[in-house]
Amino acid sequence: MAELPGHRPSLFRRIVLFYVNGFRQMTIGRTLWKIIFIKLFIMFAILKVFFFPNFLHTEFNTDQERAEYVADQLTQPAPGMMH
Amino acid sequence: MLENMDLTMVNWARAQFALTAMYHWLFVPLTLGITWMLAFFHTIYVKTGNEEWKRLTKFWMKLFGINFAIGVATGIILEFEFGTNWSNYSWMVGDIFGAPLAIEGIIAFFLEATFFAVMFFGWNRVSKGFHLFSTWMVAAGSTLSAVWILVANAWMQYPVGQVFNPDTARFEMHSFADVAFSPYAVNKFVHATSSSMLTAAFFIISISSWYLLRGRHLLMAKRSIVVAAVMGIFASVFTVFNGDESAYEIAQVQPMKLAAFEGLYEGKTNAGLAAFGIVNRNKQVFDDQDPFYFEIHFPYLLTLMANRSFNSFVPGMKDLVYGNPEHDILGSAQKMVRGKQAIASLDAYRQAKKNSDETDAATHLAAFNETKEYLGYGYLNAPEEAVPPVALSFYAFHIMVTLGTLFPFIFLLYLYFTKKGTLEQKKWLLGFGTITYFLGLIAGQAGWVVAEVGRQPWTIQGLLPVTIARTNLTAATVQTTFYIFLFLFTALLIAEISIMLKQISIGPEEN
Repeated sequence: MAELPGHRPSLFRRIVLFYVNGFRQMTIGRTLWKIIFIKLFIMFAILKVFFFPNFLHTEFNTDQERAEYVADQLTQPAPGMMH
Repeated sequence: MLENMDLTMVNWARAQFALTAMYHWLFVPLTLGITWMLAFFHTIYVKTGNEEWKRLTKFWMKLFGINFAIGVATGIILEFEFGTNWSNYSWMVGDIFGAPLAIEGIIAFFLEATFFAVMFFGWNRVSKGFHLFSTWMVAAGSTLSAVWILVANAWMQYPVGQVFNPDTARFEMHSFADVAFSPYAVNKFVHATSSSMLTAAFFIISISSWYLLRGRHLLMAKRSIVVAAVMGIFASVFTVFNGDESAYEIAQVQPMKLAAFEGLYEGKTNAGLAAFGIVNRNKQVFDDQDPFYFEIHFPYLLTLMANRSFNSFVPGMKDLVYGNPEHDILGSAQKMVRGKQAIASLDAYRQAKKNSDETDAATHLAAFNETKEYLGYGYLNAPEEAVPPVALSFYAFHIMVTLGTLFPFIFLLYLYFTKKGTLEQKKWLLGFGTITYFLGLIAGQAGWVVAEVGRQPWTIQGLLPVTIARTNLTAATVQTTFYIFLFLFTALLIAEISIMLKQISIGPEEN
């Protein structure tokens, strides 16, 4: 990524170089980025997909159906409260 | 503990949300607070040109980076839980919070992607002015990214600026200003951010004290302590005064919460504030048992805190459950009657709409509108269900207040001995100082326990109890994800602590 002497790269290229060189010079940051990516993978590719479906979006196709379902819940007697 | 838990879906969902939120709040206050400290450190470096300040700034920046990296996106799990465990609630408030939360997330992402990178990578690569500007923008961006989620929480405690649409079963935003600038929301935001700053100040003091005890990095440690202690004094005094304002606000809009965290069953004029007490856990709102095994009160202070006067009446839990005509207080028992009327009217309205009977629908809608503010009470089975867990609320509130009162004195002691030049000899203070960060975290967690446990059984105060807000899932489903989170969060916490300790042990880079 070295530049020729006297040659000023474009703004876009300078921004890209800024990030690339910044990431290259990271020390502890490399470990942190690995942790971030592993964490995001677990969250979005495993937990969200297999354990945290959006109930109303998976059970119903339209907002009308969702509204009907929630309104049914609101007009039914409540189960026992507990603290 | 677990064997004593109520093994129902609602309680497991509550436990999971509490676990996620409390874990999330281990990271958030440090991120919110330390970015402002970094801005001050960085500013001093730019003003003085002293390389020691640069070294100091880079060191704290690195620790901030570790905290940010481990904590980032932990809040997203709360959103997962809304959709899975609290789908009725999620549907009902989607119109109010969906778009602002998404906009805030996008703005925060771009602010962070731009200015975080410049802050971390910009040393000697961008101008000093732009670099410093970026550090300040990171501080501003971090704080702004907390605004809407705190507004959302405040709205759940004090719902204003919305109308309920019976056709869509949703609360719709009627006034953005009422939602965003409600006194409750403003207080919550200020209290959360100022308490985060004092937690961050303690983080710096804890680590710096450890260095002083070890005789390492003495100049950096002492300089860090001075800036952190000054910030800490301002933040803690601000937190105390704002906390008082929050208590006043709670007394006006959530009197049951105030009565619970003070263990006040019988309303009183000239009520005293509990300084210390051992709560009688067997006490019920309808019996005559003593609420405390032992208690010490500051006379008049609760009335002063709740009503800004010495001679007014502070309602107790009995007044709020069974009503008190003398003081014009409507009890949960009366509210339940109106709430059940609201539910019946809503049901009748829906039936009339299905039958295309517009006249009948209009009649039932008018009846619903007359009682809709009590809707949530219609789902209670007994008026006593409106009482939150008293012991937990009481202890959490008093832990928070006791620590919050202690904090300014700790900062003052550090400044006093620094000015005298004897801080390094005060081993007792430095030893105590190493644990102050944990005291800050405990106070913050206790504050959230007061806020969230104290408002039970409501998801949205007075309008939606947790039993209606939840999804129809089995307890086993939520139990599974609870334990997955417990494992995942513990692993992340261990990772953070080990990386953080290693970096602290290494200390700031030489030159």
